[in-house]
Amino acid sequence: MRLFYAYVLTAMISLVGPAVSQDIVLGLSKQEIGITAFFDGSEILIFGAVKHQSEASSEGDLDVVVTIASPRSPVTVRRKEKRLGIWVNVDALEVDLAPSFYAVATTRPFDEVVSQASDLWHQISVRQLIRAVSVPVAVENPEEFTEALVRVRENDGLYQTLSGAVTLQDQTLFSTSVSLPSNLVEGAYTARIFLMNDGDVVSEYQTSIDVRKVGMERWLYNLAHERPVVYGLLSLAIAIFAGWAAAAAFRAVRG
Amino acid sequence: MGLCGAMNIYLPIAEVSVNAFVLLGLGGLVGVLSGMFGVGGGFLMTPLLFFIGIPPAVAVATEANQIVASSFSGVLAHVKRRNVDFKMGGVLLIGGLIGAAVGVLVFNYLKSLGQVDLLVKLCYVIFLGVVGGLMFIESLRALRKSKRISASKFRKKRTWIHALPLKMRFRVSGLYISAIPPVLVGIVVGILAAIMGVGGGFVMVPAMIYLLGMPTKVVVGTSLFQIIFVTAFTTMLHATTNYTVDMVLAVLLLVGGVIGAQFGTMIGAKLKAEQLRILLALMVLLVCAKLAFDLIVQPSELFSLGTVGGH
Repeated sequence: MRLFYAYVLTAMISLVGPAVSQDIVLGLSKQEIGITAFFDGSEILIFGAVKHQSEASSEGDLDVVVTIASPRSPVTVRRKEKRLGIWVNVDALEVDLAPSFYAVATTRPFDEVVSQASDLWHQISVRQLIRAVSVPVAVENPEEFTEALVRVRENDGLYQTLSGAVTLQDQTLFSTSVSLPSNLVEGAYTARIFLMNDGDVVSEYQTSIDVRKVGMERWLYNLAHERPVVYGLLSLAIAIFAGWAAAAAFRAVRG
Repeated sequence: MGLCGAMNIYLPIAEVSVNAFVLLGLGGLVGVLSGMFGVGGGFLMTPLLFFIGIPPAVAVATEANQIVASSFSGVLAHVKRRNVDFKMGGVLLIGGLIGAAVGVLVFNYLKSLGQVDLLVKLCYVIFLGVVGGLMFIESLRALRKSKRISASKFRKKRTWIHALPLKMRFRVSGLYISAIPPVLVGIVVGILAAIMGVGGGFVMVPAMIYLLGMPTKVVVGTSLFQIIFVTAFTTMLHATTNYTVDMVLAVLLLVGGVIGAQFGTMIGAKLKAEQLRILLALMVLLVCAKLAFDLIVQPSELFSLGTVGGH
């Protein structure tokens, strides 16, 4: 119910507010990331300009928020408890869809830039994003589980909050860079740029970055999934050959 | 970046990037053990792969493929020295394949209960503890009196095993026993191998020595011979049902592994049988202690994440 009111509230605000007075022109350093065998993460530069359409409307200070999200997949969060002297998984919560990577970069600290209502409506922080898709089930406090999901992934550097990482010049030119980790999952990544004024979203822009395996990585992945028997036999053949080659080499060395 | 950064390799199936030297080193370490003791080394490698961030399903499947390579490399050296009892290996293998098939069924059943991780770990702790403990005590005793009495004495003891029907002659092992115990040993090891994601050598080697009464020299080669086929079978099962065999990961591990296995065989040939057994026992106990410790001590993070299903 609380959620519903918040929706209505933000919907009203965005209707009343200066919704289309500012627009974004965006550039990305790359629209496509190819995962090769030596792929070791990637830095992506996001830059752009705010197009002011009417001088009068831009009274307040503008802020820019940039988010990058990987494709989402289901995750099971399990909780351990001590039973009979050992630590065992006692209950679990399934989060329907959570990104494996999520970064949010802002011009100033997140809480100062994004109001709770905006976060709720646009799902800007990763917590909101996950909370929105996790269905309350037979677990006592699901909040604890979603919070743990965020915490674990934050510790692994997969969820990043980059306060002050966006630079905004003369209220017009903005830029930020986000480093993507090396253990990227394939798919269409979504980059969103929010123009914020006093905690509210003034303008939103969305684009996608294609992350895909290329070359040998692509070939092996396809083979493993499309012709698993051939792939399995090839793996075994390599193993047998390598085993034989090493034995032969050692025999030659020892005479 | 630097050199370390430049040597990172992205694994196409595991979908993570890892340092190539770390994988080569791990492969080499496990290869040495494989050649020395006739164990696949999976019981050591699989947890190590978890530790460096390889998804468990990929680690278990790829490890099977890697064991094929290091066992093959190791067995060739033993064949040269006529240390492989092919007949015994064949009988064990029949049991092994039956066991592996049963093991996969058991594994899937446990998975449906949702506690498979815990049961696999408990399996590890119990079996490593029992096997390691027994071997350690026996080896210590043997080492103490090896000066005067030959260790082969205890092999000649007649047990219930000699009363069973279907007797076969195993010339290389110098045994004339029923085929039933080796088949049963094969089945038990096959089940364990499938559930625990290992070749099962650490259970098989002691079983061959203490239950079947095979000479230690022959045990290692014969165990490796049998492991090749069981792990090849497991690799194919994983590759065709779960798509979790990572060829790039396997190649990196096995390059280190096959070289290590050759060194391991050389080291093993120089050590006395009792010394070999006591070292294996210590290693098994060490891994057991580590796993038990992890189950008992409160983890720093009580929550863990798992992706749902495979692809």
